[in-house]
Amino acid sequence: MTEPLLRVEELSVEYLTATGPVRVLDGVSFVVGRGEVFGLAGESGSGKTTVALAILRLLKAPAAITGGRVWFDGQELTALGDPAMRGVRGRRISLVTQSALDALNPVMPVGAQLGDAISAHHRVRARDRDARVAELLAGVGIDPGRARSYPHELSGGMRQRVVIAMALAQRPPLILMDEPTTALDVIVQRELLTEIARLQAELGFSILFITHDLALMLELCTHIGVLYAGRLAEVAPAQVIGARARHPYTQGLLGCFPDPRAPSLRLAGIPGAPPDPRHPPAGCRFHPRCDRRLPACSAEPPAPRVIAPGHEASCWLP
Amino acid sequence: MSYLLRRLALYAVAAWASITLAFVLPRLMPGDPQTAMFARFEGKMSPEGIAALRDTFGFSDAPLAAQYLTYLGNVATGDLGVSASHFPARVGDVIGAGLVWTLWLTGVAVVLAYAIGTALGVLVAWQRGGWLDAIAPPLLALVGAFPFFWLAMLLLLLFGFTLGWAPVRHAHAAGVEPGWTLAFAWSVVTHAALPALTIVVATVGSWLLDMRNTMIGVLGEDYVTLAHAKGLAPRRVMLRYAARNALLPNITSFGMALGFVLSGSLLTEMVFSYPGLGYLLIGAVRSLDYPLIQGLFLTITLAVLGANLLVDLVYVWLDPRARVRTEAP
Ligand SMILES: Nc1ncnc2c1ncn2[C@@H]1O[C@H](COP(=O)(O)OP(=O)(O)OP(=O)(O)O)[C@@H](O)[C@H]1O
Ligand SMILES: [Mg+2]
Repeated sequence: MTEPLLRVEELSVEYLTATGPVRVLDGVSFVVGRGEVFGLAGESGSGKTTVALAILRLLKAPAAITGGRVWFDGQELTALGDPAMRGVRGRRISLVTQSALDALNPVMPVGAQLGDAISAHHRVRARDRDARVAELLAGVGIDPGRARSYPHELSGGMRQRVVIAMALAQRPPLILMDEPTTALDVIVQRELLTEIARLQAELGFSILFITHDLALMLELCTHIGVLYAGRLAEVAPAQVIGARARHPYTQGLLGCFPDPRAPSLRLAGIPGAPPDPRHPPAGCRFHPRCDRRLPACSAEPPAPRVIAPGHEASCWLP
Repeated sequence: MSYLLRRLALYAVAAWASITLAFVLPRLMPGDPQTAMFARFEGKMSPEGIAALRDTFGFSDAPLAAQYLTYLGNVATGDLGVSASHFPARVGDVIGAGLVWTLWLTGVAVVLAYAIGTALGVLVAWQRGGWLDAIAPPLLALVGAFPFFWLAMLLLLLFGFTLGWAPVRHAHAAGVEPGWTLAFAWSVVTHAALPALTIVVATVGSWLLDMRNTMIGVLGEDYVTLAHAKGLAPRRVMLRYAARNALLPNITSFGMALGFVLSGSLLTEMVFSYPGLGYLLIGAVRSLDYPLIQGLFLTITLAVLGANLLVDLVYVWLDPRARVRTEAP
């Protein structure tokens, strides 16, 4: 068996607040193979962004990784020194942030920001850098002449394309995309997703794709992980999730129709709200909302159980 | 209308309003203002001098509208009349001499304080919770809480009298001939040291706190996270992405604070007998030199307006979004 590109092992993240630590990720484990598109689904506040930032070690105080490891291409990221970690960012793993509109520096022309992504890791002659900027812009369908434009002079869709071009600058093997299309209208979303799928097929990088649109995830992703209140409820290949989801939460997600314009996933199919991360329920965190709970559900948290090769669910139901 | 044109119109209206105010105020004095104003110069000045003063000051028997027009014409040509206390020197010349010293002293001190305070603000926000952040902000805020006057006296006593490190009064030594000589330049610099230090010490803390707060806000922005995610060197993220943006609100509050800085520097000039506008102002008030008071009032108003205009220009230069802003604010 070859080593996967990314391996997240028992990752835990806590916010060290004045009233004590708040655990927002609790023992999250998954792997992303080369060329795979791993989708991470979950309601707002379930910890999706935290996973992406923890992988890049970009969590800001008071948040900190308090347990677990992240392996990338044979390297343990959680053990790297700061300069080595900086060498990974952008060059080996890049990021597309959640809010397309705030992701670009408003006082810097977009070409210069792309240029920064190019020259962050090695010296590049100005002329080569500018040529690469033009090439990257053209690659995401933007007229290279827009390099001198400021972010406010571009539409939301164009800005997000620039951010994607920026993530591609060093041809990294893995791109973390945190709800890359949420802030855009439906038509632009479609265009952009087609573009992402095209680029992925062409360049062969892996994606950790975070979105609340499960239908879209089933279409785009090869594997899917469902996050609930900081724990992974279920992980499986996309077709398996679509056909034989095991966890009641995943089934609930599949049964509801998210409003594509809502800022985050809101569940029509599952009554109740996710727990307050400061006071998570004992046992399975989903049990208060689950209509099929067993006595064991409120007593003991279920460990991930292998249903089939590559399919794991954390649920007491047989 | 562009952002800059609207600002220009605003400044023009403000300038006109303050010029008019300076015309109206003396005429609102109870009784016969002309007699009240000029009576005290009887005997000190020749009748021709007083007549000339009345004339240039705009007082005449002509109707008010005509007086106003004469006055506007005089102001426009920089003719502010004759100073009573510096007779027969003209107000324009008296103020011109003082303005040079104030611009030099305040200019250097304000730029220094702003640059040091802002740079420290960037650093402490970047190393939030570090040792510099624990010491610098509270200490400088405490120092800044003392009145200008008090700080000036303290520095005067400590460095001027007790330690004797720097001269305590005037803009240059009496024995040095003004001119483009090294000796004169050195004298000017050493004489500005203590008053400039006062202004820097009194204001650096507020610039620091201001910049620290905006920086902390900007550091939470997505584009800063993304800049880190590109693998950029921390210095570049701090300066080009974070500080560069934090500077925008900071520059605006700089413009708003300029008036206070100027009043502080006027106080400083009084303590250090520095021959700038502040020093002229006490002299003028003490001797009830109305033309000079009026001239100083106008000069200071226009200086604050001009400085704000400069700040606006810098803002437009720094913020690409302000360059094309066409919609109403
Ligand atoms: N400063 C903080 N102190 C304590 N808890 C925090 C803080 N910031 C975020 N959290 C918590 O961290 C948890 C995970 O947040 P995260 O941003 O990863 O969620 P998300 O799944 O990305 O949500 P969304 O879909 O809204 O983007 C949330 O429950 C949130 O309440
Ligand atoms: Mg998020």
